[in-house]
Amino acid sequence: MSEVSAQQNPNAILSDDGVPLKQKLARTTRTLKWRAFLLTLPLVLFLFISFVLPIGQMLLRSVHNPSASNVLPQFAEIIQDWDEQGLPDEAVFAAFVDDMQTAKKNREIGKTIGNLATRMNYEMPGTRSLFTSTGRKVNKIKAGPYKEALLKTNKKWDNPVIWRTLKRVSRDYTPAFYLAALDRKYDDDGNIVRADELYQIYVSNFGKTLGMSVVITFFCFILAFPVAYLLSTLPMRTSNLLMILVLLPFWTSLLVRTTAWIAILQTEGIINDILVYLGVVADDGRIQMIYNQTGTIISMVHILLPFMILPLYSVMKTISPSYMRAARSMGGTPFNAFRRIYFPQTLPGIAAGTLLVFILSIGFYITPALVGGEDGILISNLIAYHIQKSLNWSLGAALGAILLVVILVLYWLYNKLVGIEKLSFG
Amino acid sequence: MNSSADPFVSFREVQKSYDGEILVVKNLNLDIAKGEFLTMLGPSGSGKSTCLMMLAGFEPATNGEIYLGGRPINKVPPHKRGIGMVFQNYALFPHMSVSENLAYPLQVRKMSGADVKAKVKRALDMVELGDFGDRRPAQLSGGQQQRVAVARALVFEPDLVLMDEPLGALDKQLREQMQYEIKHIHEQLGVTVVYVTHDQTEALTMSDRVAVFNDGVIQQLSTPDDLYERPQNAFVAQFIGENNTLSGTVEHIDGSKCTVKTDGGDTVIAEKVNVDKVGDRTTLSLRPERVELDPSSAMDDVLPGKIEELIYLGDHIRVRVDVAGNDEFIVKVRNRSDMRPLAAGQAVQIGWNSSDCKALDFTG
Repeated sequence: MSEVSAQQNPNAILSDDGVPLKQKLARTTRTLKWRAFLLTLPLVLFLFISFVLPIGQMLLRSVHNPSASNVLPQFAEIIQDWDEQGLPDEAVFAAFVDDMQTAKKNREIGKTIGNLATRMNYEMPGTRSLFTSTGRKVNKIKAGPYKEALLKTNKKWDNPVIWRTLKRVSRDYTPAFYLAALDRKYDDDGNIVRADELYQIYVSNFGKTLGMSVVITFFCFILAFPVAYLLSTLPMRTSNLLMILVLLPFWTSLLVRTTAWIAILQTEGIINDILVYLGVVADDGRIQMIYNQTGTIISMVHILLPFMILPLYSVMKTISPSYMRAARSMGGTPFNAFRRIYFPQTLPGIAAGTLLVFILSIGFYITPALVGGEDGILISNLIAYHIQKSLNWSLGAALGAILLVVILVLYWLYNKLVGIEKLSFG
Repeated sequence: MNSSADPFVSFREVQKSYDGEILVVKNLNLDIAKGEFLTMLGPSGSGKSTCLMMLAGFEPATNGEIYLGGRPINKVPPHKRGIGMVFQNYALFPHMSVSENLAYPLQVRKMSGADVKAKVKRALDMVELGDFGDRRPAQLSGGQQQRVAVARALVFEPDLVLMDEPLGALDKQLREQMQYEIKHIHEQLGVTVVYVTHDQTEALTMSDRVAVFNDGVIQQLSTPDDLYERPQNAFVAQFIGENNTLSGTVEHIDGSKCTVKTDGGDTVIAEKVNVDKVGDRTTLSLRPERVELDPSSAMDDVLPGKIEELIYLGDHIRVRVDVAGNDEFIVKVRNRSDMRPLAAGQAVQIGWNSSDCKALDFTG
């Protein structure tokens, strides 16, 4: 109240040298604020360069792919006026041939006929050879009519579907990669339809990734809760020792831990050897525990366990034993006291732990790549495949963006259900 | 076993050790009558809280037996003992509203919803928090939380309520107010209360009887006035109320009186409380308000002294005097208009009646 009145009042409180007190105060605190900001500046810059920019780039790349218009600049412009009936007219063909001839001459990276062929092949599998072969013959076309000349190089140019697809591909901004990431595609008439069954891999993999993450989070919780409880109730010295055992895996390389699981779980591994030795399984009936979903789940549960234990522990540590005692003194059985008094108070830790483990496992890469085999791979392995092997960065980016959206939606839902302010990472 | 004289709670030769080396509670025998307000008073580490925890069932007794209503309860788990308890930091369940906190002990007893509601309301009205049922404990002040904790311990109508330093976290004024409130609730309900505190004022104000603990042993178990007027040993005299001490040696014993030669060389007649024979070293205990400065009437002991310091406290003046070799000797002088002016350095006579001077065990 006094601040407001001082501001509106023409006779605001003045300091000794006649400057309004508010101004004076702002001046003295400004330097401090700037100094504090400057201290955070390196981190802000680092985050911007390493986090904001790449994500922005990725989001852009998932909808922006100019490889067609880069190769066919004139064609890309005039094809947009075509009404998609029959074949385009002569002017369009002329521009196409001219652009192809230019592209043939200049071999600039990203602007070759090869780039165009790859891009078209995403949309219309099997059209790559049409473009590369036309690329080889296009210089023979000296004069018009270009439509006829082009059709002479390859009969397939007679197909209006190719031209319609080419029109779509010539647009720089396209939802095509999101469609592909969701197992959808354009049919010959430009409608959005489900992709052929053979190509429907992404939606099911998203589903599998979510499902496995749920399973992994569940097992982490089941295993971590008693450990965290023990840690929080044991005397300091013992609990410190136990804590080191919990943290030890943290200090070991992820790669080493994953390979250790291979040694333990493989068909010629320790567990199978013991089972065979004990006669539980026959030598030729060794259990396949790795290079499948089981392997991925076992090793990821192990790797992510500390992320569940630590938030749980930090919350349990703050729950005074007098709550349980109070409940017991009032007649609550140990189980009832646990269920109604102790457990609800651990919810912030459970919330933090499950959220952390779930989000980490949704985007986990190395472990499923090493022990996942065929059916144990997660969506991040598919993203990596498109970034590193198939080089379809736009599709990889679209998959990544969908993953990001899924996580944000889950986070939002979670906030609705649990409330993010209840989260405690300790 | 059914006579009313039988104790309600009874500790029989109870011992407790946490590490197998040190006894925290040494051979405790204690009987508490039904409806009694008994306080366990003592410095921290004296074993009083451990006794309470054993009674509540949170700590097993290492040896001996505890009886509740004539029944041994060593093997009865806490939730079957039916003992209400108020904890040091209240231990109100933070994720429940005040009403839910109070409803918990009733719900675990499978009481019907309407009964629960009625009892919760009655308990809240008793502590004058009828309108606060929907609040969370964190939204209440310290004093209100305290009252909720008391109400919660009483809502299921236990015969015995334990209170573990329940007023420790409150400020002085609130503490005094709560002392009276708890006392009144005890009188109204006739419930047996075992109260643990290290604050002697609290113990004297509220209790029917006080057990003074030190070093795992009950030093004295008496009514508050008895504790103050007739301490059995130097620890109790020192712990309860203000106390002047003089060291000396017993020279002569005559019935209930004895003559002591102080280390300052003066001879004093004192009441024989905790000395056995001539030649024993002893600590003489004297309450500051029982000592007179320049006595007008004849007194058993009159010694010369010198005023060292005056502290003005309004209703009385604390005078620090150097007497019989002790320069920390405090005399309380009532502030009267006809008083002769006092000044530091002044030579004075200091007198008391031998019945106010207790010869207790020697503490050095």
